[in-house]
Amino acid sequence: MDSAFVIEKFILVAVIFGISLVIAMYSTYAERKVAAYLQDRLGPDRAGPFGILQPLADGVKMFMKEEIIPASSNRWLFIVGPGLALLCACIGTAVIPWGSPMEIGGKIVPLQVADINVGVLYIFGVVSLGVYGVMIGGWASNNKYSLLSAIRAASQNISYEIAMGLSVIALLLMTNTLSLKEIVDQQHGLNWNVWYQPLGFLIFMVCSFAETNRAPFDLPECETELIGGYHTEYSSMKLGFYLFAEYINMFVSSAVMAALYWGGYNYPGMDYVAAHLGPTWAPLIGTAVFFGKIVMFIFFFMWVRWTIPRFRYDQLMNLGWKGLIPLAIANIIITGIVIAIIEKF
Amino acid sequence: MESLSNKKKVLEQKPLSFMERMYLPAIAKGMGITISHLFKKEATVRYPEVEREFSTNFRGMHSLKRDENGKERCTACGLCALSCPAEAITMIAAERKPEEKHLYREEKYAATYEINMLRCIFCGLCEEACPKEAIYLDGPIVPADYLRKDFIYGKDKLVEAPLEMKK
Repeated sequence: MDSAFVIEKFILVAVIFGISLVIAMYSTYAERKVAAYLQDRLGPDRAGPFGILQPLADGVKMFMKEEIIPASSNRWLFIVGPGLALLCACIGTAVIPWGSPMEIGGKIVPLQVADINVGVLYIFGVVSLGVYGVMIGGWASNNKYSLLSAIRAASQNISYEIAMGLSVIALLLMTNTLSLKEIVDQQHGLNWNVWYQPLGFLIFMVCSFAETNRAPFDLPECETELIGGYHTEYSSMKLGFYLFAEYINMFVSSAVMAALYWGGYNYPGMDYVAAHLGPTWAPLIGTAVFFGKIVMFIFFFMWVRWTIPRFRYDQLMNLGWKGLIPLAIANIIITGIVIAIIEKF
Repeated sequence: MESLSNKKKVLEQKPLSFMERMYLPAIAKGMGITISHLFKKEATVRYPEVEREFSTNFRGMHSLKRDENGKERCTACGLCALSCPAEAITMIAAERKPEEKHLYREEKYAATYEINMLRCIFCGLCEEACPKEAIYLDGPIVPADYLRKDFIYGKDKLVEAPLEMKK
């Protein structure tokens, strides 16, 4: 391992980390703006032009607030909880291919931190670890509402992870690989997986709403029943960590959906662009397209949040176990049969 | 029992049909409604910079009027204070001296005139009670402040600007 490799990866990690934090920051702003415009309001517009400094003001507010650790809480776990939530949210970005390899000064640099051959499995592993942050925080608070919320989060995540995994299996039957990079490369041009797996994509999307604890599946933090949910007892930047982790999760799951089903950095006419702009600039266009898709998905997340009311707990479980899992299994069977027929003839 | 009003309506809870259980048509409809609001005009008024237009009979801050020669109209008769249901108005009367003839219209005038804006309910009874047409509630919204004492408005804030300053 030469030092150039280490430096290259280090820079890439720093850039991706920075970008995901900035996107999470501005997601909070975008969420409030989208909510406002969907409700015929204006949203934050006091801090800076159009209120674009609002996230900074919120960050300062979070840091300045008094830090309270309840006396009856499990102190160590109380501190670990938000850190774990944020960590699990951030490390998901490591296997996502942000662009096709880029040529910088005669050197080919892959725009992906780690192209591991079990990328999809890694994402699933990290996402399911994420619930530990919520569970530990909820349990360590020593508060009934936090505990109830932690239980809800755990059962919800476990239920929807099954349907999510099953919907991806149908995709893997088509792609024959678990590497995210290869899956994206197979979707050259407009040959996106969503045209072949519309049902699989729908199930995956519904499950990722549940995995990120977003409306209409935001039962773990429903204010009307559970005060603040698992972060009832949290204050200051620990609360900020939880809120941040939610937005980073949203960013990562948008990126995964865009990469798995919506062609990642592929777009129609990419060969023409690659031939004319050269190997240095063409990948950047692809990356921009990828981020455009991610932003569309983040907007979709917010749009859904301000449209659909929250599911009741039994409806949530009904939908997950009796609706999505049988559908996902049927999708696997149909995909298998179609693939077998195509290979036969 | 027989319903007398004939307004009783028996509700029946039917199980959801297949289309309803799919949720998707209803969700798509709802999403259409919310996205249509993205293109509607916002109801918000950016208040300190932009002010909503008031109706013509809006009652705002009081002003003590001057006559056509720039003399104060108020004669400190106390009818406004008497009519005030919130007891927001107080005043001290004084006699006009010969050299003050250009300042006050009649022999008696209000040396101090105070309205407590925290007590005032902007009912407009003072302007109806005034026999000299000296007080009108034709000003803007009374601004917010930090201390109670700053809400007691004296003549410095209430009396209309002199004629030459107006021009």
